[in-house]
Amino acid sequence: MTSPLLNKLNALDRRWIFLAMALAVLSPILLQIGSDETPSPPTIKLFDEIERLPEGSRILMAMDFDPTSAAELYPMALSFTRHCCLRHHKLYFVTIWPTGKPMIESTIKAVIGADFGSGDRAYQYGVDYVNLGYLAGDAVAISQISSDIRKARPQDARGTSLDELPMMSGVISVKEMDLIVNASAGFPGGKEWVQYAATPKKIPIAVGCTGVQSTQLFPYYPDQLLGLVTGIRGAIEYETMLAAKYPDPYANRSKRPAFLRGGAQRWAHRLMIGLIVLGNGIHLANRYRRTPHP
Amino acid sequence: MSKTVPVLIASIVGCIMIVANFSPFLLPARQIAEDWFTIVATIAMMLGGANLCVHHLKNISDREAGWGFSAVTLISFFITIAVGLLKIGVVPESEQQVKFAWSGPFQQEGSGFWWIYQYLFSPIVSTMFALLAFYVASAAFRAFRAKNLEAILLLITALIVLVGQTRDREITSLFLPPPAEGMPQHVPIADLTEFIRKTFVTAGQRAIMIGIALGVVATSLRILLGLDRSYLGGDE
Amino acid sequence: MDFHSRSPGDKNPGAYAARLASAVFSHVFRGSDSSPDWIAGKARPRRAMMKTLTVLFFLLAIPTLSFAEEIPGATKQIAWFDTGKTSFALLTIAICATVIICTELARRGKPFYVRPIAGLLAMEEAVGRATEMGKPILFVPGIEDIREIDTVAGLMVLSSVAKMAAEYDTPLEVPTSRALVMTAAREAVQAAALAAGRPDYYNEDRIHYITDEQFGYVASVCGWMYREKPAACFFLGKFFAESLFLAEAGNAVGAIQIAGTAETTQLPFFVAACDYTLLGEELFAASAYLSGEPAQLGMLKGQDFGKLAAIVLVILGCLLATWDSISPRGKSDDGQNLPRRSQWITDTVLKGG
Repeated sequence: MTSPLLNKLNALDRRWIFLAMALAVLSPILLQIGSDETPSPPTIKLFDEIERLPEGSRILMAMDFDPTSAAELYPMALSFTRHCCLRHHKLYFVTIWPTGKPMIESTIKAVIGADFGSGDRAYQYGVDYVNLGYLAGDAVAISQISSDIRKARPQDARGTSLDELPMMSGVISVKEMDLIVNASAGFPGGKEWVQYAATPKKIPIAVGCTGVQSTQLFPYYPDQLLGLVTGIRGAIEYETMLAAKYPDPYANRSKRPAFLRGGAQRWAHRLMIGLIVLGNGIHLANRYRRTPHP
Repeated sequence: MSKTVPVLIASIVGCIMIVANFSPFLLPARQIAEDWFTIVATIAMMLGGANLCVHHLKNISDREAGWGFSAVTLISFFITIAVGLLKIGVVPESEQQVKFAWSGPFQQEGSGFWWIYQYLFSPIVSTMFALLAFYVASAAFRAFRAKNLEAILLLITALIVLVGQTRDREITSLFLPPPAEGMPQHVPIADLTEFIRKTFVTAGQRAIMIGIALGVVATSLRILLGLDRSYLGGDE
Repeated sequence: MDFHSRSPGDKNPGAYAARLASAVFSHVFRGSDSSPDWIAGKARPRRAMMKTLTVLFFLLAIPTLSFAEEIPGATKQIAWFDTGKTSFALLTIAICATVIICTELARRGKPFYVRPIAGLLAMEEAVGRATEMGKPILFVPGIEDIREIDTVAGLMVLSSVAKMAAEYDTPLEVPTSRALVMTAAREAVQAAALAAGRPDYYNEDRIHYITDEQFGYVASVCGWMYREKPAACFFLGKFFAESLFLAEAGNAVGAIQIAGTAETTQLPFFVAACDYTLLGEELFAASAYLSGEPAQLGMLKGQDFGKLAAIVLVILGCLLATWDSISPRGKSDDGQNLPRRSQWITDTVLKGG
């Protein structure tokens, strides 16, 4: 028994799959089709913690990602920073990724520079936020700043001595932080912050990670991780909560990059499901064809 | 001797790292060991750079397959090094610093190196990462086939988690009665996804992590005690 | 006294260090350079454990005594031992001791069964296939530096693969993402070629550094795969997002692929795209398994005892948690909630971990 269609499908060139995926991702982006999400408990916990902390609390913002994973993590980095600025917390930016420094600068520019750089309670460098820059040494760097920040990094990213910055007075190590918020794209990242800083020094930590990392970090939640924001879905959830609490201006689509990326993700998921179903259809048809029939 | 000394260094430094975890007294020693690794790795970067040049020059000279890529690599390598080292486009940043062109940071916004990073490196690596979507689709199409019982279980789980990860999961609640006033709509597949993630995935991950941890212990002991020296080229 | 001579059977530098130290001891305190039997490499089995303990003692004591004094200022205020980590230290010692005991038992000739691992059994087949097809073999030892134990495990396997490849005289390409890994890989392949009796097989141009940048490395390796079409690909080490790129490229060129990583997030991609995958601990067991040395195989058995301890603790924890949920402990006399019974495991047994 032969079927020309089945033969064609059996020999399907994978470039057709690539083309289908390109269309599934491109169309929602070009047509500005977004996707909303209902917040999940691990995301809600981080949001509530930032809300709960008293104004002026010290938050270490560890931005351990690079342009490679920025598509997934940059929207959540923006949301975390926006939320902390809305609550007027003190922000200590740091990265243990050599390519993470521009990510910090970009986040600061997009959030503090655009929304919180002017007005009565404008964020001031060295008073309300500081960029500690890149710390070399991967996990070793985390353990170093857990015991002494100045030993690991005597100056900030601008070359100013940490002792000259008002917000660094009284800050010796990570232990003085009220919360660690980490945007993690892999190694070193969330797992290392839990193992070398948060758990030994007993500091609450929440991690925003890529979708693929979530399975690795879930075992740490909720005991060692206060909150876990995973992938674009987590970023959309966070944006949804931010939009609900601070609708002006965070309900605007222009302030919700994750929402717009969610549409592409949704259609890519649909295509994946379709492909898996099609693959199994081909497989079953082949089995049926090989089975002798009377 | 050429193998014994590295193994002894590995053993002693390894033991320092272990003991320092329990003895605060040894933390400075651990710090020294970590600093030394950074120094050695930095020197090795130069070795890597030299090897990169030799390898690609040889490719070009021998006209090996893909030698054009080697030429592009070398040109990009030297341009990036020159732009970074000469701090092209860098201006003094603040009053505190020396007012010479080189006094600013090499990654300063608007500098040549920043331009390379922002407009070449960043889009290229983002594109590479985005290609994953195509490979995942292709691999899923090929690999998720209901060939046997285990594969069927994997397939069903994958479909549930895929649907559960997007808002399409709400389709599964269309057939349920509307929720009571003020209560959220029950979404069966979302609960199932969470159940799979929290129960099976987490349990499996923990089991693998325990196995890995013990594997690391045994491998580390093999290295610390010098039983296995194959990573250094074996026995003399 | 000749400090540099080593008996032919002495393959253990740690033991050599212990012998050296003991020789110094006997030379200083006995005023003689005659060494005890076991220093001269004639150790009897019952003294093997003592030897190992001596090695461990020296390895731990020398750095402790050398560096402890370097702490500036008041050394007396700094504790010698972090008592909060006592349980964890005891667990570590127990697991290490079990592994060492099993090694010694294996050395004495006690046979241990180690289950066959399909991926490792297929390695020779993969090398043989490449030989038959006249195509090269690709070995990727991950993208992390040599300080990662996964990378070291990958290099240990490289040694075995290189030996097989040298015996068959099949080209082996080892592109690395770190310069230190390249140096170590060259040492491993050169030694493997020597061990195979083919010193001319070693060609250092085939083991080269590409770039530290993850996707730059992937682009280069995948490009090479599409051009050269290797018949066998080995991906053993620490991998991240590049795992699927490499495995899919290998699949596209029709190579037989054996992968292994302890990075749990990448295991599904390797399982989907490769022929054989070493899951987590199997990567660490690979080198011991391939070496076939009793001492190394004994270590794998020691690992199993560690697993047994983990299983016992998990079951105990489950039982205590179930007991807690069936009959909560209630409140103490001063109205405080009594801690859950299962907390004994986390707060006492696993404290400091």
